[in-house]
Amino acid sequence: MVNAEMSQATLPNLTGIVDANRRTDLVMAGIGISVLIVAMSLLAAVVIDLIVGGWPRLINPDFYLNFPSRHPLQAGIVSAWVGTILVMLVTAGIAIPLGVGAGVYLEEYAARNWITDFIEINVSNLAGVPSIIYGLLALGLFIHGFGLGETILTAGLVLALLILPVIIVSTREAIRGIPLDLREAAYGLGADKWQTVRLYVLPAARSGILTGTIVGLARAIGEAAPVITIGALTFIAFLPPSPIQSSPPFINFEWLESPFTIMPIQMFNWVSRPQAEFHINAAAAGVILMLMTLAMNGIAIWLRYHLRRQIR
Amino acid sequence: MTQKSFHDQHVTQLSPKTEPTPNTQRESLAAEVRKLSFWYGETQALKEITLSIAYRKVTALIGPSGCGKSTLLRSFNRMHDLYAGNRYSGEICLFPENHNLIDLDPFMVRLRIGMVFQKPNPFPKSIFENVAAGLRIQGVQNKKLLSDRVEQALRDAALWEEVKDRLSQSAYGLSGGQQQRLCIARALAPQPEILLLDEPTSALDPIATAKVEDLITEIRHRFTVIIVTHNMQQAARISDFTAYMHLGKLIEFAPTGELFTTPQETLTRDYITGRFG
Ligand SMILES: Nc1ncnc2c1ncn2[C@@H]1O[C@H](COP(=O)(O)OP(=O)(O)OP(=O)(O)O)[C@@H](O)[C@H]1O
Ligand SMILES: [Mg+2]
Repeated sequence: MVNAEMSQATLPNLTGIVDANRRTDLVMAGIGISVLIVAMSLLAAVVIDLIVGGWPRLINPDFYLNFPSRHPLQAGIVSAWVGTILVMLVTAGIAIPLGVGAGVYLEEYAARNWITDFIEINVSNLAGVPSIIYGLLALGLFIHGFGLGETILTAGLVLALLILPVIIVSTREAIRGIPLDLREAAYGLGADKWQTVRLYVLPAARSGILTGTIVGLARAIGEAAPVITIGALTFIAFLPPSPIQSSPPFINFEWLESPFTIMPIQMFNWVSRPQAEFHINAAAAGVILMLMTLAMNGIAIWLRYHLRRQIR
Repeated sequence: MTQKSFHDQHVTQLSPKTEPTPNTQRESLAAEVRKLSFWYGETQALKEITLSIAYRKVTALIGPSGCGKSTLLRSFNRMHDLYAGNRYSGEICLFPENHNLIDLDPFMVRLRIGMVFQKPNPFPKSIFENVAAGLRIQGVQNKKLLSDRVEQALRDAALWEEVKDRLSQSAYGLSGGQQQRLCIARALAPQPEILLLDEPTSALDPIATAKVEDLITEIRHRFTVIIVTHNMQQAARISDFTAYMHLGKLIEFAPTGELFTTPQETLTRDYITGRFG
Protein backbone atom coordinates (compact mmCIF):
# COMPACT_ATOMS: atom_id res chain seq x y z
CA MET A 1 0.00 0.00 0.00
CA VAL A 2 2.67 2.44 1.06
CA ASN A 3 4.82 1.32 -1.83
CA ALA A 4 2.09 1.87 -4.35
CA GLU A 5 1.48 5.37 -3.04
CA MET A 6 5.18 6.17 -3.19
CA SER A 7 5.54 5.12 -6.78
CA GLN A 8 2.37 7.02 -7.64
CA ALA A 9 3.90 10.10 -6.11
CA THR A 10 7.37 9.77 -7.62
CA LEU A 11 6.71 8.32 -11.05
CA PRO A 12 5.34 11.40 -12.85
CA ASN A 13 8.14 13.34 -11.30
CA LEU A 14 10.74 10.95 -12.70
CA THR A 15 9.27 11.05 -16.18
CA GLY A 16 9.42 14.82 -15.96
CA ILE A 17 13.10 14.73 -15.10
CA VAL A 18 13.86 12.22 -17.83
CA ASP A 19 11.98 14.32 -20.38
CA ALA A 20 13.78 17.46 -19.33
CA ASN A 21 17.12 15.68 -19.63
CA ARG A 22 16.20 14.38 -23.03
CA ARG A 23 15.25 17.91 -24.17
CA THR A 24 18.59 19.26 -22.95
CA ASP A 25 20.36 16.48 -24.83
CA LEU A 26 18.49 17.35 -28.03
CA VAL A 27 19.30 21.05 -27.75
CA MET A 28 22.97 20.33 -27.10
CA ALA A 29 23.13 17.89 -29.99
CA GLY A 30 21.49 20.51 -32.23
CA ILE A 31 24.01 23.18 -31.28
CA GLY A 32 26.86 20.74 -31.73
CA ILE A 33 25.73 19.65 -35.16
CA SER A 34 25.21 23.20 -36.42
CA VAL A 35 28.67 24.24 -35.23
CA LEU A 36 30.09 21.20 -36.94
CA ILE A 37 28.24 21.98 -40.17
CA VAL A 38 29.53 25.56 -40.22
CA ALA A 39 33.11 24.43 -39.59
CA MET A 40 32.97 21.61 -42.12
CA SER A 41 31.43 23.76 -44.84
CA LEU A 42 34.03 26.46 -44.38
CA LEU A 43 36.73 23.84 -44.73
CA ALA A 44 34.98 22.27 -47.69
CA ALA A 45 34.65 25.67 -49.33
CA VAL A 46 38.38 26.26 -49.04
CA VAL A 47 39.23 22.84 -50.40
CA ILE A 48 36.78 23.04 -53.29
CA ASP A 49 37.94 26.53 -54.15
CA LEU A 50 41.54 25.31 -54.28
CA ILE A 51 40.70 22.25 -56.35
CA VAL A 52 38.58 24.20 -58.83
CA GLY A 53 41.16 26.98 -59.00
CA GLY A 54 44.08 24.64 -59.51
CA TRP A 55 42.34 22.04 -61.67
CA PRO A 56 44.04 22.83 -65.03
CA ARG A 57 47.46 22.30 -63.43
CA LEU A 58 46.45 19.43 -61.18
CA ILE A 59 45.55 17.23 -64.12
CA ASN A 60 48.77 17.99 -65.94
CA PRO A 61 51.55 15.47 -65.16
CA ASP A 62 54.21 18.03 -66.07
CA PHE A 63 53.16 20.02 -63.04
CA TYR A 64 54.57 17.34 -60.78
CA LEU A 65 57.74 16.77 -62.80
CA ASN A 66 58.78 20.28 -63.80
CA PHE A 67 61.00 22.73 -61.99
CA PRO A 68 59.72 26.24 -61.32
CA SER A 69 59.81 28.55 -64.32
CA ARG A 70 59.16 32.10 -65.35
CA HIS A 71 56.39 30.76 -67.57
CA PRO A 72 53.40 29.82 -65.42
CA LEU A 73 52.33 27.00 -67.71
CA GLN A 74 55.70 25.28 -67.53
CA ALA A 75 56.28 25.82 -63.84
CA GLY A 76 56.09 22.69 -61.66
CA ILE A 77 56.56 21.59 -58.12
CA VAL A 78 59.14 18.84 -58.39
CA SER A 79 61.81 20.66 -56.41
CA ALA A 80 59.21 21.66 -53.81
CA TRP A 81 57.75 18.26 -53.10
CA VAL A 82 61.11 16.54 -53.10
CA GLY A 83 62.39 19.27 -50.78
CA THR A 84 59.42 18.87 -48.47
CA ILE A 85 59.86 15.12 -48.22
CA LEU A 86 63.58 15.37 -47.53
CA VAL A 87 63.15 18.11 -44.95
CA MET A 88 60.45 16.08 -43.23
CA LEU A 89 62.76 13.06 -43.15
CA VAL A 90 65.38 15.11 -41.32
CA THR A 91 62.76 16.60 -39.01
CA ALA A 92 61.32 13.21 -38.10
CA GLY A 93 64.75 11.66 -37.73
CA ILE A 94 65.76 14.30 -35.21
CA ALA A 95 62.52 15.18 -33.45
CA ILE A 96 61.18 11.68 -32.79
CA PRO A 97 64.15 10.20 -30.94
CA LEU A 98 64.85 13.45 -29.08
CA GLY A 99 61.22 14.10 -28.21
CA VAL A 100 60.38 10.57 -27.15
CA GLY A 101 63.64 10.34 -25.21
CA ALA A 102 62.97 13.61 -23.41
CA GLY A 103 59.37 12.57 -22.68
CA VAL A 104 60.47 9.24 -21.23
CA TYR A 105 63.14 10.94 -19.16
CA LEU A 106 60.81 13.57 -17.73
CA GLU A 107 58.05 11.08 -16.99
CA GLU A 108 60.03 8.13 -15.70
CA TYR A 109 63.46 9.19 -14.56
CA ALA A 110 63.55 12.87 -13.62
CA ALA A 111 63.58 13.53 -9.89
CA ARG A 112 60.66 15.64 -8.72
CA ASN A 113 62.40 18.92 -7.92
CA TRP A 114 62.38 22.53 -9.05
CA ILE A 115 64.73 21.90 -11.96
CA THR A 116 62.30 19.36 -13.41
CA ASP A 117 59.38 21.71 -12.79
CA PHE A 118 61.30 24.48 -14.52
CA ILE A 119 62.01 22.26 -17.54
CA GLU A 120 58.39 21.14 -17.68
CA ILE A 121 56.99 24.67 -17.64
CA ASN A 122 59.40 25.69 -20.36
CA VAL A 123 58.58 22.72 -22.57
CA SER A 124 54.91 23.61 -22.40
CA ASN A 125 55.66 27.26 -23.10
CA LEU A 126 57.84 26.39 -26.08
CA ALA A 127 54.82 24.88 -27.78
CA GLY A 128 53.32 28.37 -27.89
CA VAL A 129 56.32 30.26 -29.27
CA PRO A 130 55.61 31.72 -32.76
CA SER A 131 57.37 29.72 -35.40
CA ILE A 132 59.22 32.69 -36.83
CA ILE A 133 61.11 32.98 -33.55
CA TYR A 134 62.45 29.50 -34.19
CA GLY A 135 63.50 30.73 -37.60
CA LEU A 136 65.44 33.59 -36.04
CA LEU A 137 67.06 31.22 -33.58
CA ALA A 138 68.12 28.94 -36.42
CA LEU A 139 69.45 31.87 -38.42
CA GLY A 140 71.59 32.95 -35.49
CA LEU A 141 72.63 29.54 -34.20
CA PHE A 142 72.72 27.06 -37.06
CA ILE A 143 73.64 29.37 -39.92
CA HIS A 144 75.79 32.08 -38.36
CA GLY A 145 76.90 30.10 -35.32
CA PHE A 146 77.57 26.61 -36.69
CA GLY A 147 77.90 27.60 -40.33
CA LEU A 148 75.45 24.98 -41.54
CA GLY A 149 74.23 27.20 -44.39
CA GLU A 150 70.78 27.45 -45.95
CA THR A 151 70.48 23.72 -46.32
CA ILE A 152 68.02 20.88 -45.90
CA LEU A 153 69.77 19.98 -42.66
CA THR A 154 69.17 23.43 -41.21
CA ALA A 155 65.52 23.40 -42.23
CA GLY A 156 65.05 19.93 -40.75
CA LEU A 157 66.69 21.04 -37.53
CA VAL A 158 64.55 24.14 -37.11
CA LEU A 159 61.32 22.29 -37.82
CA ALA A 160 62.41 19.55 -35.43
CA LEU A 161 62.88 22.15 -32.70
CA LEU A 162 59.50 23.57 -33.54
CA ILE A 163 57.64 20.30 -33.03
CA LEU A 164 59.77 18.93 -30.22
CA PRO A 165 57.44 20.25 -27.48
CA VAL A 166 54.43 18.60 -29.10
CA ILE A 167 56.20 15.24 -29.22
CA ILE A 168 57.53 15.55 -25.67
CA VAL A 169 54.14 16.45 -24.25
CA SER A 170 52.27 13.73 -26.11
CA THR A 171 54.89 11.12 -25.18
CA ARG A 172 54.50 12.05 -21.54
CA GLU A 173 50.74 11.89 -21.73
CA ALA A 174 50.81 8.51 -23.47
CA ILE A 175 53.21 7.16 -20.84
CA ARG A 176 51.15 8.56 -18.01
CA GLY A 177 48.11 6.82 -19.47
CA ILE A 178 49.66 3.37 -18.98
CA PRO A 179 47.94 1.82 -15.97
CA LEU A 180 49.94 1.38 -12.81
CA ASP A 181 49.13 -2.31 -12.60
CA LEU A 182 50.97 -2.95 -15.88
CA ARG A 183 54.12 -1.43 -14.41
CA GLU A 184 53.67 -3.32 -11.16
CA ALA A 185 53.33 -6.53 -13.15
CA ALA A 186 56.68 -5.85 -14.80
CA TYR A 187 58.44 -4.77 -11.63
CA GLY A 188 56.91 -7.75 -9.85
CA LEU A 189 58.80 -10.04 -12.22
CA GLY A 190 62.05 -8.38 -11.27
CA ALA A 191 62.31 -5.99 -14.21
CA ASP A 192 64.39 -2.88 -13.67
CA LYS A 193 63.21 0.53 -14.75
CA TRP A 194 64.72 0.46 -18.21
CA GLN A 195 63.32 -3.02 -18.93
CA THR A 196 59.91 -1.94 -17.71
CA VAL A 197 59.94 1.15 -19.88
CA ARG A 198 61.42 -0.47 -22.97
CA LEU A 199 59.55 -3.79 -22.94
CA TYR A 200 56.18 -2.83 -21.50
CA VAL A 201 55.51 0.89 -21.09
CA LEU A 202 56.73 2.17 -24.46
CA PRO A 203 55.07 -0.56 -26.56
CA ALA A 204 51.80 0.04 -24.74
CA ALA A 205 52.14 3.81 -25.21
CA ARG A 206 53.24 3.74 -28.83
CA SER A 207 49.92 4.54 -30.42
CA GLY A 208 49.59 7.69 -28.30
CA ILE A 209 53.16 8.68 -29.05
CA LEU A 210 52.58 8.09 -32.73
CA THR A 211 49.54 10.33 -32.76
CA GLY A 212 51.46 13.17 -31.16
CA THR A 213 54.33 12.70 -33.57
CA ILE A 214 52.09 12.86 -36.62
CA VAL A 215 50.28 15.92 -35.30
CA GLY A 216 53.70 17.53 -34.91
CA LEU A 217 54.90 16.51 -38.37
CA ALA A 218 51.65 17.67 -39.92
CA ARG A 219 52.26 21.05 -38.37
CA ALA A 220 55.84 21.12 -39.61
CA ILE A 221 54.95 20.23 -43.18
CA GLY A 222 52.94 23.43 -43.65
CA GLU A 223 55.32 25.81 -41.90
CA ALA A 224 56.82 28.46 -44.19
CA ALA A 225 57.87 31.24 -41.82
CA PRO A 226 60.89 29.70 -40.07
CA VAL A 227 62.14 28.17 -43.30
CA ILE A 228 61.91 31.48 -45.12
CA THR A 229 63.76 33.11 -42.24
CA ILE A 230 66.70 30.77 -42.65
CA GLY A 231 66.79 31.71 -46.31
CA ALA A 232 65.35 28.80 -48.28
CA LEU A 233 65.39 29.54 -51.97
CA THR A 234 62.13 30.27 -53.71
CA PHE A 235 63.34 29.48 -57.16
CA ILE A 236 65.35 26.35 -57.58
CA ALA A 237 65.97 24.42 -60.76
CA PHE A 238 67.74 21.30 -59.59
CA LEU A 239 67.17 18.44 -57.20
CA PRO A 240 69.35 17.62 -54.20
CA PRO A 241 71.73 14.68 -54.75
CA SER A 242 69.92 11.39 -54.34
CA PRO A 243 70.11 9.82 -50.89
CA ILE A 244 70.47 6.42 -52.56
CA GLN A 245 73.26 5.56 -54.99
CA SER A 246 74.08 2.47 -56.98
CA SER A 247 77.64 2.03 -55.71
CA PRO A 248 78.59 1.18 -52.11
CA PRO A 249 77.90 2.41 -49.46
CA PHE A 250 74.57 2.93 -51.33
CA ILE A 251 73.44 5.84 -49.22
CA ASN A 252 74.97 9.26 -49.13
CA PHE A 253 74.28 12.31 -47.09
CA GLU A 254 75.29 15.05 -49.51
CA TRP A 255 71.62 15.94 -49.91
CA LEU A 256 71.65 17.24 -46.36
CA GLU A 257 73.88 20.11 -47.45
CA SER A 258 71.92 20.95 -50.55
CA PRO A 259 69.89 24.13 -51.07
CA PHE A 260 66.19 23.42 -51.37
CA THR A 261 62.69 24.75 -51.45
CA ILE A 262 59.52 23.34 -49.89
CA MET A 263 55.85 23.30 -50.82
CA PRO A 264 54.58 26.18 -48.66
CA ILE A 265 57.38 28.45 -49.89
CA GLN A 266 56.73 27.54 -53.49
CA MET A 267 53.08 28.31 -52.93
CA PHE A 268 53.84 31.58 -51.22
CA ASN A 269 56.09 32.56 -54.09
CA TRP A 270 53.43 31.89 -56.70
CA VAL A 271 50.70 33.65 -54.75
CA SER A 272 52.81 36.80 -54.54
CA ARG A 273 53.30 36.99 -58.32
CA PRO A 274 51.11 39.49 -60.18
CA GLN A 275 50.19 37.17 -63.10
CA ALA A 276 46.91 35.35 -62.53
CA GLU A 277 48.26 32.16 -64.14
CA PHE A 278 50.61 31.71 -61.25
CA HIS A 279 47.68 31.79 -58.88
CA ILE A 280 46.38 28.67 -60.58
CA ASN A 281 49.71 27.02 -59.78
CA ALA A 282 49.48 28.18 -56.20
CA ALA A 283 46.04 26.67 -55.79
CA ALA A 284 47.21 23.38 -57.27
CA ALA A 285 50.26 23.33 -54.97
CA GLY A 286 47.91 24.01 -52.06
CA VAL A 287 45.87 20.94 -52.94
CA ILE A 288 48.99 18.79 -53.09
CA LEU A 289 50.25 20.14 -49.77
CA MET A 290 46.92 19.32 -48.20
CA LEU A 291 47.00 15.83 -49.68
CA MET A 292 50.45 15.32 -48.19
CA THR A 293 49.13 16.26 -44.75
CA LEU A 294 46.10 14.04 -45.21
CA ALA A 295 48.29 11.16 -46.32
CA MET A 296 50.37 11.55 -43.18
CA ASN A 297 47.28 11.48 -41.00
CA GLY A 298 46.05 8.48 -42.95
CA ILE A 299 49.27 6.63 -42.24
CA ALA A 300 48.90 7.51 -38.57
CA ILE A 301 45.36 6.20 -38.43
CA TRP A 302 46.32 3.03 -40.23
CA LEU A 303 49.32 2.46 -37.96
CA ARG A 304 47.26 3.08 -34.85
CA TYR A 305 44.61 0.67 -35.96
CA HIS A 306 47.22 -1.88 -36.89
CA LEU A 307 49.12 -1.55 -33.61
CA ARG A 308 45.96 -1.71 -31.57
CA ARG A 309 44.87 -4.87 -33.31
CA GLN A 310 48.28 -6.31 -32.64
CA ILE A 311 48.08 -5.78 -28.89
CA ARG A 312 44.40 -6.42 -28.29
CA MET B 1 54.82 -40.98 -18.54
CA THR B 2 52.50 -38.05 -18.91
CA GLN B 3 53.06 -34.78 -17.20
CA LYS B 4 50.04 -35.36 -15.04
CA SER B 5 51.04 -38.68 -13.53
CA PHE B 6 54.54 -37.46 -12.88
CA HIS B 7 53.04 -34.51 -11.16
CA ASP B 8 50.82 -36.70 -9.01
CA GLN B 9 53.70 -38.85 -7.84
CA HIS B 10 55.68 -35.81 -7.06
CA VAL B 11 52.79 -34.55 -5.00
CA THR B 12 52.37 -37.72 -3.00
CA GLN B 13 56.05 -37.84 -2.19
CA LEU B 14 56.02 -34.43 -0.68
CA SER B 15 52.66 -34.41 0.98
CA PRO B 16 52.97 -34.15 4.75
CA LYS B 17 51.30 -37.44 5.70
CA THR B 18 53.63 -39.66 3.69
CA GLU B 19 56.76 -37.65 4.17
CA PRO B 20 59.10 -39.76 6.27
CA THR B 21 61.96 -37.32 6.87
CA PRO B 22 61.81 -35.14 9.97
CA ASN B 23 61.40 -31.44 9.28
CA THR B 24 64.62 -29.54 9.26
CA GLN B 25 64.31 -25.78 9.39
CA ARG B 26 64.61 -25.63 5.61
CA GLU B 27 61.80 -28.11 5.26
CA SER B 28 59.52 -26.25 7.60
CA LEU B 29 60.03 -22.56 6.97
CA ALA B 30 60.30 -20.55 3.78
CA ALA B 31 60.41 -17.21 5.51
CA GLU B 32 59.90 -15.55 8.81
CA VAL B 33 58.53 -12.09 9.47
CA ARG B 34 60.03 -10.55 12.60
CA LYS B 35 58.60 -7.41 14.17
CA LEU B 36 57.82 -5.93 10.79
CA SER B 37 56.38 -2.41 10.85
CA PHE B 38 55.58 -0.40 7.80
CA TRP B 39 54.73 3.23 7.13
CA TYR B 40 53.08 4.91 4.15
CA GLY B 41 54.69 8.28 4.79
CA GLU B 42 53.40 9.14 8.25
CA THR B 43 50.65 6.49 8.39
CA GLN B 44 51.67 3.27 10.05
CA ALA B 45 50.01 0.38 8.24
CA LEU B 46 51.79 -2.60 9.87
CA LYS B 47 52.58 -2.84 13.55
CA GLU B 48 55.29 -5.26 14.63
CA ILE B 49 54.04 -8.25 12.70
CA THR B 50 55.68 -11.56 13.54
CA LEU B 51 54.73 -14.52 11.41
CA SER B 52 56.28 -17.69 10.01
CA ILE B 53 55.69 -18.77 6.45
CA ALA B 54 55.76 -22.54 6.13
CA TYR B 55 57.82 -24.02 3.30
CA ARG B 56 55.67 -25.30 0.42
CA LYS B 57 52.44 -24.63 2.26
CA VAL B 58 49.62 -22.17 1.66
CA THR B 59 49.39 -19.36 4.16
CA ALA B 60 46.23 -17.24 4.03
CA LEU B 61 45.99 -13.66 5.27
CA ILE B 62 42.48 -12.64 6.29
CA GLY B 63 40.99 -9.66 8.05
CA PRO B 64 38.66 -6.72 7.55
CA SER B 65 39.24 -4.25 4.74
CA GLY B 66 42.12 -1.88 5.45
CA CYS B 67 43.76 -4.07 8.08
CA GLY B 68 47.02 -4.25 6.13
CA LYS B 69 46.84 -7.60 4.34
CA SER B 70 47.96 -6.21 1.00
CA THR B 71 50.55 -4.05 2.69
CA LEU B 72 52.09 -7.10 4.35
CA LEU B 73 51.92 -9.15 1.16
CA ARG B 74 53.52 -6.43 -0.92
CA SER B 75 56.35 -6.12 1.61
CA PHE B 76 57.46 -9.61 0.61
CA ASN B 77 58.50 -8.55 -2.87
CA ARG B 78 59.32 -4.98 -1.93
CA MET B 79 56.57 -3.49 -4.11
CA HIS B 80 56.44 -0.55 -1.70
CA ASP B 81 59.90 0.48 -2.80
CA LEU B 82 58.43 1.69 -6.09
CA TYR B 83 56.84 4.63 -4.35
CA ALA B 84 58.59 7.38 -2.45
CA GLY B 85 58.03 7.93 1.25
CA ASN B 86 57.42 4.31 2.27
CA ARG B 87 59.45 2.89 5.12
CA TYR B 88 59.97 -0.50 6.74
CA SER B 89 61.42 -1.55 10.05
CA GLY B 90 61.96 -5.09 11.26
CA GLU B 91 62.83 -8.15 9.20
CA ILE B 92 61.50 -10.61 6.69
CA CYS B 93 64.02 -13.44 6.70
CA LEU B 94 64.30 -15.72 3.71
CA PHE B 95 65.45 -19.25 4.36
CA PRO B 96 67.73 -21.13 4.01
CA GLU B 97 70.18 -18.20 3.87
CA ASN B 98 68.42 -16.37 6.66
CA HIS B 99 68.81 -13.09 4.76
CA ASN B 100 66.63 -10.18 5.70
CA LEU B 101 64.95 -9.33 2.41
CA ILE B 102 64.36 -5.77 3.55
CA ASP B 103 68.12 -5.30 3.23
CA LEU B 104 68.46 -7.03 -0.14
CA ASP B 105 68.27 -5.37 -3.54
CA PRO B 106 64.52 -5.15 -4.32
CA PHE B 107 65.09 -6.29 -7.90
CA MET B 108 66.81 -9.45 -6.66
CA VAL B 109 63.99 -10.06 -4.20
CA ARG B 110 61.39 -9.81 -6.96
CA LEU B 111 63.27 -12.35 -9.05
CA ARG B 112 62.79 -14.82 -6.21
CA ILE B 113 59.28 -13.90 -5.10
CA GLY B 114 56.47 -13.74 -7.65
CA MET B 115 53.23 -11.83 -7.33
CA VAL B 116 49.71 -12.03 -8.74
CA PHE B 117 47.42 -9.06 -8.36
CA GLN B 118 43.75 -8.61 -7.62
CA LYS B 119 42.82 -7.54 -11.13
CA PRO B 120 44.21 -9.62 -13.99
CA ASN B 121 46.93 -7.48 -15.55
CA PRO B 122 48.38 -9.28 -18.55
CA PHE B 123 50.83 -7.40 -20.75
CA PRO B 124 49.56 -6.25 -24.15
CA LYS B 125 51.52 -9.06 -25.77
CA SER B 126 50.96 -12.61 -26.89
CA ILE B 127 50.05 -15.37 -24.46
CA PHE B 128 53.48 -16.93 -24.89
CA GLU B 129 55.31 -13.66 -24.33
CA ASN B 130 53.27 -12.97 -21.22
CA VAL B 131 54.35 -16.20 -19.61
CA ALA B 132 57.91 -15.87 -20.87
CA ALA B 133 58.20 -12.30 -19.60
CA GLY B 134 59.89 -13.12 -16.31
CA LEU B 135 62.43 -15.36 -18.02
CA ARG B 136 63.13 -12.76 -20.67
CA ILE B 137 63.70 -10.19 -17.95
CA GLN B 138 66.23 -12.56 -16.44
CA GLY B 139 67.95 -12.70 -19.81
CA VAL B 140 66.96 -16.23 -20.84
CA GLN B 141 67.42 -16.52 -24.63
CA ASN B 142 67.37 -20.27 -25.16
CA LYS B 143 64.24 -21.06 -27.20
CA LYS B 144 63.88 -24.59 -25.94
CA LEU B 145 64.18 -23.60 -22.32
CA LEU B 146 61.71 -20.76 -22.82
CA SER B 147 59.08 -22.91 -24.47
CA ASP B 148 59.52 -25.72 -21.91
CA ARG B 149 59.12 -23.36 -19.02
CA VAL B 150 56.16 -21.61 -20.61
CA GLU B 151 54.41 -24.93 -21.17
CA GLN B 152 55.14 -26.10 -17.64
CA ALA B 153 53.87 -22.84 -16.14
CA LEU B 154 50.72 -22.93 -18.25
CA ARG B 155 50.11 -26.51 -17.18
CA ASP B 156 50.64 -25.54 -13.54
CA ALA B 157 48.15 -22.73 -14.00
CA ALA B 158 45.67 -25.20 -15.54
CA LEU B 159 45.54 -23.15 -18.71
CA TRP B 160 47.61 -25.18 -21.13
CA GLU B 161 44.75 -27.14 -22.70
CA GLU B 162 42.79 -23.96 -23.35
CA VAL B 163 45.57 -21.94 -24.94
CA LYS B 164 48.06 -24.38 -26.45
CA ASP B 165 46.81 -23.69 -29.98
CA ARG B 166 46.79 -19.92 -29.62
CA LEU B 167 50.03 -19.12 -27.83
CA SER B 168 50.89 -16.41 -30.33
CA GLN B 169 47.57 -14.63 -29.97
CA SER B 170 47.09 -11.62 -27.79
CA ALA B 171 46.48 -12.21 -24.09
CA TYR B 172 43.65 -9.68 -24.22
CA GLY B 173 41.56 -12.18 -26.13
CA LEU B 174 41.27 -14.38 -23.05
CA SER B 175 38.41 -14.25 -20.58
CA GLY B 176 38.92 -12.63 -17.18
CA GLY B 177 39.38 -15.97 -15.45
CA GLN B 178 41.82 -17.16 -18.10
CA GLN B 179 43.72 -13.89 -17.87
CA GLN B 180 44.10 -14.36 -14.14
CA ARG B 181 45.40 -17.89 -14.63
CA LEU B 182 47.74 -16.47 -17.27
CA CYS B 183 49.02 -14.03 -14.66
CA ILE B 184 49.57 -16.94 -12.30
CA ALA B 185 51.46 -18.79 -15.03
CA ARG B 186 53.51 -15.66 -15.64
CA ALA B 187 54.43 -15.54 -11.96
CA LEU B 188 55.20 -19.27 -11.87
CA ALA B 189 57.38 -19.48 -14.98
CA PRO B 190 60.53 -18.11 -13.31
CA GLN B 191 59.91 -20.68 -10.54
CA PRO B 192 59.77 -18.28 -7.61
CA GLU B 193 60.50 -19.41 -4.08
CA ILE B 194 57.35 -17.76 -2.83
CA LEU B 195 54.20 -16.94 -4.76
CA LEU B 196 52.16 -13.99 -3.49
CA LEU B 197 48.48 -13.82 -4.40
CA ASP B 198 46.49 -10.69 -3.53
CA GLU B 199 42.78 -11.56 -3.68
CA PRO B 200 43.37 -13.41 -6.94
CA THR B 201 39.75 -14.46 -7.36
CA SER B 202 37.86 -11.39 -6.22
CA ALA B 203 37.26 -10.30 -9.82
CA LEU B 204 36.23 -13.78 -10.99
CA ASP B 205 32.99 -15.74 -11.17
CA PRO B 206 32.51 -18.91 -9.07
CA ILE B 207 33.62 -21.32 -11.79
CA ALA B 208 36.77 -19.37 -12.60
CA THR B 209 37.37 -19.07 -8.86
CA ALA B 210 37.12 -22.82 -8.43
CA LYS B 211 39.68 -23.32 -11.21
CA VAL B 212 42.13 -20.98 -9.51
CA GLU B 213 41.59 -22.67 -6.15
CA ASP B 214 42.17 -26.07 -7.74
CA LEU B 215 45.39 -24.98 -9.31
CA ILE B 216 46.64 -23.52 -6.03
CA THR B 217 45.92 -26.86 -4.41
CA GLU B 218 47.87 -28.54 -7.22
CA ILE B 219 50.96 -26.36 -6.98
CA ARG B 220 51.10 -26.02 -3.20
CA HIS B 221 53.52 -28.94 -2.99
CA ARG B 222 56.08 -27.24 -5.17
CA PHE B 223 55.67 -23.59 -4.24
CA THR B 224 55.30 -21.66 -1.04
CA VAL B 225 52.10 -19.65 -1.40
CA ILE B 226 50.85 -16.65 0.53
CA ILE B 227 47.31 -15.61 -0.35
CA VAL B 228 45.22 -12.64 0.74
CA THR B 229 41.53 -13.35 0.62
CA HIS B 230 38.26 -11.86 1.77
CA ASN B 231 36.55 -15.14 1.33
CA MET B 232 36.81 -17.20 4.50
CA GLN B 233 35.53 -20.36 2.87
CA GLN B 234 38.32 -19.97 0.37
CA ALA B 235 40.91 -19.62 3.12
CA ALA B 236 39.45 -22.67 4.83
CA ARG B 237 39.44 -24.69 1.59
CA ILE B 238 42.91 -24.03 0.30
CA SER B 239 45.23 -22.88 3.07
CA ASP B 240 47.31 -24.78 5.59
CA PHE B 241 47.84 -21.80 7.87
CA THR B 242 45.77 -18.70 8.40
CA ALA B 243 46.75 -15.35 9.83
CA TYR B 244 44.05 -13.00 11.05
CA MET B 245 44.96 -9.31 10.95
CA HIS B 246 43.22 -6.33 12.43
CA LEU B 247 44.24 -2.65 12.21
CA GLY B 248 47.78 -3.40 11.13
CA LYS B 249 48.37 -6.00 13.84
CA LEU B 250 48.55 -9.75 13.62
CA ILE B 251 45.87 -10.98 15.98
CA GLU B 252 46.06 -14.71 15.56
CA PHE B 253 48.04 -17.18 13.53
CA ALA B 254 47.34 -20.91 13.51
CA PRO B 255 46.84 -23.95 11.31
CA THR B 256 43.73 -23.18 9.29
CA GLY B 257 41.55 -25.88 10.86
CA GLU B 258 42.30 -24.67 14.35
CA LEU B 259 41.82 -21.01 13.58
CA PHE B 260 38.40 -21.57 12.09
CA THR B 261 37.14 -24.13 14.65
CA THR B 262 38.73 -22.91 17.86
CA PRO B 263 39.83 -19.30 17.53
CA GLN B 264 41.62 -18.09 20.63
CA GLU B 265 40.98 -14.38 20.26
CA THR B 266 37.61 -12.63 20.51
CA LEU B 267 38.42 -10.44 17.50
CA THR B 268 39.11 -13.51 15.38
CA ARG B 269 35.98 -15.23 16.56
CA ASP B 270 33.83 -12.18 15.82
CA TYR B 271 35.31 -11.88 12.35
CA ILE B 272 34.92 -15.48 11.31
CA THR B 273 31.45 -15.78 12.72
CA GLY B 274 30.53 -12.74 10.70
CA ARG B 275 29.79 -10.45 13.59
CA PHE B 276 32.38 -8.01 12.33
CA GLY B 277 33.96 -7.06 9.03
N1 LIG C 1 49.47 4.08 -0.82
C1 LIG C 1 48.97 4.28 0.42
N2 LIG C 1 49.20 5.44 1.06
C2 LIG C 1 48.73 5.66 2.32
N3 LIG C 1 48.01 4.77 3.01
C3 LIG C 1 47.74 3.59 2.43
C4 LIG C 1 48.21 3.29 1.10
N4 LIG C 1 47.78 2.05 0.76
C5 LIG C 1 47.09 1.61 1.85
N5 LIG C 1 47.07 2.52 2.83
C6 LIG C 1 46.45 2.36 4.14
O1 LIG C 1 47.07 1.30 4.82
C7 LIG C 1 46.12 0.50 5.48
C8 LIG C 1 46.21 -0.94 5.03
O2 LIG C 1 45.88 -1.03 3.66
P1 LIG C 1 45.88 -2.37 2.84
O3 LIG C 1 45.70 -2.03 1.42
O4 LIG C 1 47.07 -3.15 3.21
O5 LIG C 1 44.57 -3.06 3.42
P2 LIG C 1 43.94 -4.46 3.03
O6 LIG C 1 43.90 -5.26 4.27
O7 LIG C 1 44.62 -5.04 1.86
O8 LIG C 1 42.47 -4.04 2.66
P3 LIG C 1 41.52 -4.63 1.52
O9 LIG C 1 41.01 -5.89 2.07
O10 LIG C 1 40.47 -3.61 1.38
O11 LIG C 1 42.34 -4.81 0.29
C9 LIG C 1 44.76 1.11 5.18
O12 LIG C 1 44.38 1.88 6.30
C10 LIG C 1 45.01 1.98 4.01
O13 LIG C 1 44.17 3.11 4.05
MG1 LIG D 1 44.12 -5.38 -0.21
